[in-house]
Amino acid sequence: MYNETVIDHFNNPRNIGELSDADGVGETGSFKCGDTMVLYIKVKNERIEDVRFQTYGCGAAIASSSMLTEMVKGKKIDEAMQITNQEVADALGGLPPLKLHCSNLAADALHNAIIDYRQKQGAS
Amino acid sequence: MQNQLVYMDHGATTPVRKEVVDSMLPFFQEQYGNPSSLHTPGRKVRQAVDEAREKTAQALGADPEDIYFTSGGTESNNIAMRGTAKNRSGGGHIITSSIEHHAVFDVCRDLENEGYKVTYLPVDQFGRVSPEMVRKAIKPDTFIISIMAANNEIGTLQPIREIGSLAGELGILFHTDAVQVVGQLPVNVDDLNVDFLSLSAHKFNGPKGIGALYVRKGVKVDSIYRGGSQERKMRPGTENVPGIIGLSRALELAVSDIPKKKKRLEALRDELIGGLLRIDDVVLNGHPEQRLPGNVNVSFKHIEGESVLLSLDMEGIAASSGSACSSGSLEPSHVLSATGLDQSTAHGSVRFSLGWGNSKEDVDYVLQKVPSIVERLRNISPTYHSR
Ligand SMILES: Cc1ncc(COP(=O)(O)O)c(C=O)c1O
Ligand SMILES: [Zn+2]
Repeated sequence: MYNETVIDHFNNPRNIGELSDADGVGETGSFKCGDTMVLYIKVKNERIEDVRFQTYGCGAAIASSSMLTEMVKGKKIDEAMQITNQEVADALGGLPPLKLHCSNLAADALHNAIIDYRQKQGAS
Repeated sequence: MQNQLVYMDHGATTPVRKEVVDSMLPFFQEQYGNPSSLHTPGRKVRQAVDEAREKTAQALGADPEDIYFTSGGTESNNIAMRGTAKNRSGGGHIITSSIEHHAVFDVCRDLENEGYKVTYLPVDQFGRVSPEMVRKAIKPDTFIISIMAANNEIGTLQPIREIGSLAGELGILFHTDAVQVVGQLPVNVDDLNVDFLSLSAHKFNGPKGIGALYVRKGVKVDSIYRGGSQERKMRPGTENVPGIIGLSRALELAVSDIPKKKKRLEALRDELIGGLLRIDDVVLNGHPEQRLPGNVNVSFKHIEGESVLLSLDMEGIAASSGSACSSGSLEPSHVLSATGLDQSTAHGSVRFSLGWGNSKEDVDYVLQKVPSIVERLRNISPTYHSR
């Protein structure tokens, strides 16, 4: 059902955990299937210096969270803001059609984390 | 990666026994006649089908002429429910439960759209329907009650005998989807007081795509198909002869094995349940005692069932889940929801269903692998950390 890249990210997810000194935290959940993701970013000079995630969900949800963290590490936040859920699924080499929905978490969590970061910037 | 297969998904399907395969083989290339044909090869096959019907009836304490061979549990359920409704054309009231298999549940939904009224009885936290609730739900125009003998996901056994005698007392037809029970526990149609009973061969080490429907003599059902006169028009179409032979042989073997098999599976089941419950934040779904001999269903809190299945599969363990992400429809199981389980616990459900082939070593192997799988997934999960 899942390809090797997906299985690899599911088995050895990159960047799992929390960042206690995160500059931005984004959360998103699928009301329908219950999958939930929390993304933590550390930003330096407008670049994502470090990133961590926690995901409750199926193989597709975990793998796409992991893949996303690889895609954004070192990226400028403006660029990161442009990443789409489809790009995450594509980077994984595709997901079964039904599972696309489960992967539609990762980019959203990232965007929420960036918005959170910007809000904190504005407030300080 | 894996060096063994531990198959614990017998609720989905079972391997066909060697004796069953052997019984079927002559009916592909040697005795291939059409049982409706008048010539000798046809008549010989007719005789074999008749014998299979007798064996099947005997296993259920039924009369041979009350057995109709079908393509499986789904078709048996459809014929019983739709056929009864059709005979009553014009409406009326149906009582069923909120945890039926889709082959009953969705038929009831359709019948509702066609003008019949349906009551979906709630179940308690263990998934049990109470006979008292059934009694209270009865209306003057209730014509059929359909309650499954055991639930396929959580394994809960229903008080079929009590509901059967209630239905009999009030002259209401009673159907039970006994797909998960036949071949696992003793079944006698008179003892249970059922008018219809559905069974499926692939759940008791028989072939897939063959089942049967028991219909009590005198009960009025309209055929929902048009075709030849096979199965007394109830299920027209040339008989699946090898399947029928295989079903009857598998049933005969399964029924004679019940005493041994039941004890053995119950012991393995309870050991597996005990071991799984020793892991933190694991709950048992279904009834602690009133459950199928081979059914284990637990929820691992803070993690999602499909991810557990995937991890188990990599260790060579085959199981199933009622989580939304594993369902193919992204809907969580209606059964777990009906027991009142909260959504997130329902998402973490995993069913291990044991069968003849499983050993104590299999249970030990599963119990050795599960804790680390659960721990790994919990370490990724936000809900586990934020406790
Ligand atoms: C309770 C129950 N009813 C009906 C069915 C459908 O049986 P079949 O696959 O033979 O159509 C199943 C099997 O999945 C079942 O478990
Ligand atoms: Zn999912």
